[in-house]
Amino acid sequence: MTVWAAVIGASLGCYLLKLAGLSVPRELLDDRRLARISTLLPVALLATLAVTQTFSTGRHVMVDARAAGLAAAATAQLLRAPFLLVVASAAATTAAVRLIH
Amino acid sequence: MSLGDPIRRSILRDAIGIGVATGAYGVSFGAISVTGGLSLLQTSALSLLMFTGASQFAMVSLIGGGGSPIAGAATAVLLGTRNAFYGLRLSRVIGGPGRRRGLGAQFVIDETTAMAVAADSDAAARLAFWATAVSVFTLWNLGTILGAVGAQSIPDPKTLGLDAAAPAAFLALLAPRMTRRHLWAVSLGAALVALASVPLVPAGVPVLLAAFVTVVAALRLEGRGKG
Repeated sequence: MTVWAAVIGASLGCYLLKLAGLSVPRELLDDRRLARISTLLPVALLATLAVTQTFSTGRHVMVDARAAGLAAAATAQLLRAPFLLVVASAAATTAAVRLIH
Repeated sequence: MSLGDPIRRSILRDAIGIGVATGAYGVSFGAISVTGGLSLLQTSALSLLMFTGASQFAMVSLIGGGGSPIAGAATAVLLGTRNAFYGLRLSRVIGGPGRRRGLGAQFVIDETTAMAVAADSDAAARLAFWATAVSVFTLWNLGTILGAVGAQSIPDPKTLGLDAAAPAAFLALLAPRMTRRHLWAVSLGAALVALASVPLVPAGVPVLLAAFVTVVAALRLEGRGKG
């Protein structure tokens, strides 16, 4: 039951946060500092998610097959490959490196 | 203003692509959640009701790792704060009347925001948001069920390299937006702070530290009048 309470409570909390962002008064949206924060934040968090999900598992920092996958994805991205190919190249490279080792 | 066919096709193709990538990620979420001790129903409820990947992963991995459900819930909500900031950027896209905003709010996540923000016009942004919302919501939930049901029978998602698919997707979403040098500097700084803190703080918190660093950096850049 505690797990259910956590599932429902956290889901409600997450929804209210999403709604809050859409519902703040327009004057707040015109604030330059908030505008800058909301420009920088997604970019920085996408970079952070990419880095932490590549180089850590749980509370351990590590370099493993995923690093090769990310390198492949970066190469594909530099070559202007379509989104799916970027993602697929990362998965395929990671799987291949694990197969070899 | 109506959109030309090439623009519409390009948006829909990207939306489906992101949905497929997210669906694959959803398979690993479903598997990890059930392996961590949550039931199929609880796992599905998270994907339907919480519907924000990082929060969901943080919650089930904390509970699976022996953390209390309350700690898992708190971390999930803290991680969800970034969606409020995404909402700030989307209010022009799905601001409108109450009911549409109430529904649209559930879909304010990384993928829909990235797609809407990348669009060239308000009409394109609306199409990008809703197309990505439908695609990601559908495939994320299907993937979750698939992963949860097959958790015992499918091979370890890691042998398929699926755990590298999500970082690659984040990279692909990020790349077109790295247009200015200070974006590189702040992103790199935030990511390094997060990585350095991984061994020191509970799972999920490194991303919050990165958010904090970013907010501080944004205020400092503003003070120096960098446009």
